[in-house]
Amino acid sequence: MMWKLSAGLAGAALLASAGMAQAAGELNLYNWGNYTNPELIKKFEEAHDIKITVTDYDSNSTALAKVKAGGHGFDMVVPSANFVKIFIDEGLAMESRPDQMPNFKNVAEQWRNPPWDPGRHYSVPWQWGTVGMVVDTSVYDGDINTSAIVFDPPESLVGKINVAPEMGDIMGLALMYVGSEPCTTDKDALKKARDALMAAKPKWLSMDYGLVEKMPRGDFAAAAYWNGAAFRARLAKDTIKFGYPKEGYPVWMDSVLILKDAKNVENAKTFMNFVMEPENAALISAFARYANGIDGSEAFMPEDMKTAVEIQVPDAYKDKGVFLPACPKEVNDIYTAIWTELTK
Amino acid sequence: MLTETAGSGRVEAEERRKVRRSWLLSAPALTVLFMAASGPLLIVLVYSFLEPAEYGGVVWKFSDEAWFKVVFQRDIFDGTLSFADAHLMILWRSVRIAFLTTLTTLAFGFPTAYFIATRPASDRNIWLFLITIPFWTNLLIRTFAILEVIRNEGIINTGLKLAGIIDQPIQMLYSDFAIMVGMTYVYLPLMVLPLYASMERLDFRLVEAAYDLYASRLAVLRRIIVPLVKPGIVAGSILVFVPALGAYVTPRVLGGGKNMMLGNLIELQFGAGRNWSLGAALSITLLAIVMIVLLFYVRAVQRASEARQ
Repeated sequence: MMWKLSAGLAGAALLASAGMAQAAGELNLYNWGNYTNPELIKKFEEAHDIKITVTDYDSNSTALAKVKAGGHGFDMVVPSANFVKIFIDEGLAMESRPDQMPNFKNVAEQWRNPPWDPGRHYSVPWQWGTVGMVVDTSVYDGDINTSAIVFDPPESLVGKINVAPEMGDIMGLALMYVGSEPCTTDKDALKKARDALMAAKPKWLSMDYGLVEKMPRGDFAAAAYWNGAAFRARLAKDTIKFGYPKEGYPVWMDSVLILKDAKNVENAKTFMNFVMEPENAALISAFARYANGIDGSEAFMPEDMKTAVEIQVPDAYKDKGVFLPACPKEVNDIYTAIWTELTK
Repeated sequence: MLTETAGSGRVEAEERRKVRRSWLLSAPALTVLFMAASGPLLIVLVYSFLEPAEYGGVVWKFSDEAWFKVVFQRDIFDGTLSFADAHLMILWRSVRIAFLTTLTTLAFGFPTAYFIATRPASDRNIWLFLITIPFWTNLLIRTFAILEVIRNEGIINTGLKLAGIIDQPIQMLYSDFAIMVGMTYVYLPLMVLPLYASMERLDFRLVEAAYDLYASRLAVLRRIIVPLVKPGIVAGSILVFVPALGAYVTPRVLGGGKNMMLGNLIELQFGAGRNWSLGAALSITLLAIVMIVLLFYVRAVQRASEARQ
């Protein structure tokens, strides 16, 4: 939805840059919508005299489909962990060896050797977060640390629930709700997850993006959604709270990588090194309100990030988070079949 | 005798030259048409007969699985074969909503067109101009404007609250009602313009004559006006029905994404579904439905013109 708008803006920016005194170089970043801090872009442009054009996408699948189709003109993309692996396996990512860049020393220990990019030969942490329950406590003030909020909702939330239309995240959440794990090949568990989703759907209002703007304006009262968005919604309306499902909740990380057919490889590498600088990583987080995986960036973050329950997972729920892997094709086919049935 | 053959030969040669010249002259247009319309369509058709690759894209191996999947589904769990009831339901919803949109635009468009056609000739252009103004704005922005009107803290609910009529907002957004409001608004001009075109040609003396012969208002509408503007009604209905069938943005923004339409189902296959072949097959299915509707239209128009002769 946003891409038309941003494509228009990108076009205008391109025209403007062509007219202006030429920047020394350019860089085309393909990133999630409402996710890139304009200040970060500005800072990089001024420091390196490289003009950045940002184009938005709304889901990992959109980004993958567009890059795979070719002719996109992007240099860098910011997929989630399970999709980073797909980009690498499909030969769409460039082995740019960020692990040998000077600022790699700032990457937090836990994100240095992730299963989807062993040793970080391709990608650099952008932000990481969780999928949980976002509830307007002025409508429902019971326990929100359970995915029953969306799968078996309390009376006062029925018909007021939004579920993020992100298949991988929601299927993972549903599988954990029925006691299994994401990407399981266990048919019984998948069946249970489908039944839970199908039974819950009539109690939902919508499956849409845009929570940051919609929830404070009362379009819905609860959601299964991403933590940073919940944080931004709370800043707009303070009764909106974020809960970590005790049944288990998906954890994700978005990482920035260079595409194999990138035209501005050197600029892209400069940018990679740039975002591993704690001060710059803090800029990313200050805008989209997710943690970033760069040590020392906390010092540069806004004060309210350090105490936010959306970012600092409470100890009791720390071990409930499960990192989402990339599902094999046979599981993904079942996911899609369930998803189609769910949204028919 | 001899001269006659020669003469007809000359005429034939002349004809041939004419035909050749018209082909040559239209060649650039035909090339563009092929490159921009039929060519890509051919790719879609070919893709629908290939195997989907694991992470999107296709493998160059023949398979009719995608077409099979359009109509049938194997149960994900016990493997039994049945009709693809999810696809059929989505198809049915799309057809139903497109049909209802056609009816509502007709209900609003007919009086509007009649009103414009009965204004003095000098005023008509202003009214037509007003009808076309929304076309100047991007479809996305018009849809978001509707969202702003019907959302829980939108203009209508806030207004009703201030007036003390309700204290809880009426849930209008994210429903079939919201989709209908949006689609009717978006497609209304496509109905009004062809209706107006045929009403403008309507001979209002016939209406007067009918009144003189003591016809009731309803009888005039039913027996005089509707039969005469029928081509406009048919054209308007087609112009609304066809794009409404494949509508993507309006149902997506106003329907809340909980219930898919055909356009959204196709998008799912190319995106998260990672099954480009099925997406291609579904696209061709949509195209086939549109073709069938258009065939009905052509035949209806033919019948109408034959009846007049």
